[in-house]
Amino acid sequence: MSFLDELVTSPVIQEKLPEATLETLSMVGLSSLLTAVLGLPLGLLLAATARGGLTSNALVNRVVGLVANVVRSVPFLILMIAVIPFTRLLVGTSLGWEAAVVPLTIGAVPFFARLVETSVREVSPGKVEAARVIGATRFGIVAQVLVREALPALVASLTVTVIALVGYSAMAGVIGGGGLGALAISYGYQRFDPPVMVACVVVIVLIVVVVQAVGDAVARRLDHR
Amino acid sequence: MSTEPHIRLTALRKVYPGTGATPEVVALDGIDLAVERGRIHGIVGRSGAGKSTLIRCLTVLERPTSGAVVIDGEELSALPEGRLREARRRIGMVFQHVNLLDSRTVAQNVAYPLEVAGVPRAQRAARVQELLDLVGLGNRAGAYPAQLSGGQRQRVGIARALATEPAVLLCDEPTSALDSATTRQILGLIRDLRDRLGITVLIITHEMAVVREICDSVTLLDHGRVAEQGAVADVVAAYGSRLARELIPVPDLPLGEERQLVEVAYSTDDVATADVLAAVAALGTGVEVAAGTIETLAGRRVGRLQLDVPAADVAAALDRLHAVGLHAVVSSDGGAGTGSAVRATGAGVAR
Repeated sequence: MSFLDELVTSPVIQEKLPEATLETLSMVGLSSLLTAVLGLPLGLLLAATARGGLTSNALVNRVVGLVANVVRSVPFLILMIAVIPFTRLLVGTSLGWEAAVVPLTIGAVPFFARLVETSVREVSPGKVEAARVIGATRFGIVAQVLVREALPALVASLTVTVIALVGYSAMAGVIGGGGLGALAISYGYQRFDPPVMVACVVVIVLIVVVVQAVGDAVARRLDHR
Repeated sequence: MSTEPHIRLTALRKVYPGTGATPEVVALDGIDLAVERGRIHGIVGRSGAGKSTLIRCLTVLERPTSGAVVIDGEELSALPEGRLREARRRIGMVFQHVNLLDSRTVAQNVAYPLEVAGVPRAQRAARVQELLDLVGLGNRAGAYPAQLSGGQRQRVGIARALATEPAVLLCDEPTSALDSATTRQILGLIRDLRDRLGITVLIITHEMAVVREICDSVTLLDHGRVAEQGAVADVVAAYGSRLARELIPVPDLPLGEERQLVEVAYSTDDVATADVLAAVAALGTGVEVAAGTIETLAGRRVGRLQLDVPAADVAAALDRLHAVGLHAVVSSDGGAGTGSAVRATGAGVAR
């Protein structure tokens, strides 16, 4: 049987691939959502407390920045293992895609927050000054000027983050995180079944391509510059 | 109408404290300024003269170190931050780089100050259309700033500044990023708005053309101090002043050997141009008119001539020009007339 035939007829692929794909999509989807919800305010906090920011505060900026840097420096494989107790506390188990969402989110939030900070910093200070003269509140300036003007960049940042999460989610398979990563490792690698490995990689590549295309389209749609 | 000036600055000082190695910087050093209601006042000066700091202090985006900023009867510099936000609605501000929000349409940009001020949606739409008609962009409401020309963007900026019906319009280099034809249009619009709305305008600029075109009065800032100040008509009449020289420019001229430039300044209030030229002609054939400018500024026709005079005849020429009541000086550095010019003020001209 040829390799290509095997890709189509392999019972493992037929049985497990759809389920694993769904798990990966759920894992990436939920952790992306949580990352956006937690990372956006954190990134805005970093930008606002920076020198010359809206509420410049060196102490807050340094502490938050340090935590973000530390988490970002820990290799994801180690981070996943290190947060297992926390994961058990939150989800009740450290196995399955639901459990993998916890380390994925923890790993991605500081990453996304830094991207948010950079995107927001690109908004010209003149626009902020104009809003201040108009009499906007600080919160109003963050929402109406910083976030809204940086929206195309923020969408691009989220796209990059989601794609990074797809990669991380495959790694979560190593410690029983489920999804395409787990399928590729347990069948493709440990049971010497290359077609399974290839099938998983192809699906992951497809997910990345689609995410990037959607992200680009949305960002372009929002960009009126 | 009250006699209190619409904009009043009293002994305004702004000092940036030094930090370690950097010494403290005195950006504004005792600025006094009064602008009457409905007037257009220009603030000119080189970069670093304190213009930007002055405008930031006017809106109290930057707190003055001492002194008072009073706009439309309210001392902004004495207000706490919370009250300031509301008080700033008395001020409309126009920026050099316009600073429109790129994510909003023209109409949404103009509506922004109204949203901030809590104006209900229904009233906002009507007011926005009215403002866009006022600046001649009634048909571009749905466009995004990126789709407009520089001049159109500045019109939107002006409409936005006027949205909350401010008493005072502050313009920070409003035309510095525009070409000369667009500059004229924008200045014309500002003058027109002043005439129609009775708004008081303060224009910060480094372009003398702006002062010539629309200002009623002017302040020259130099190193954070007021170097010269007054109604444009009066400033122009002060022949020796830096502003007068800047407002009625004559070109730098190369100077031949054995020759000197003599500069003649006059106003048709005092002497007719024909009489000036007759007096110059009477100096004899060795004297030539090298350059000259005649302008009408603030309703007063004023002129400057540069005469190319043989060095040996300069003293005699000056005497004769002074004798007929003209202001004439030797311009030893080629006509630009900066500091080193030798001054000999003619009798009877300066009033």
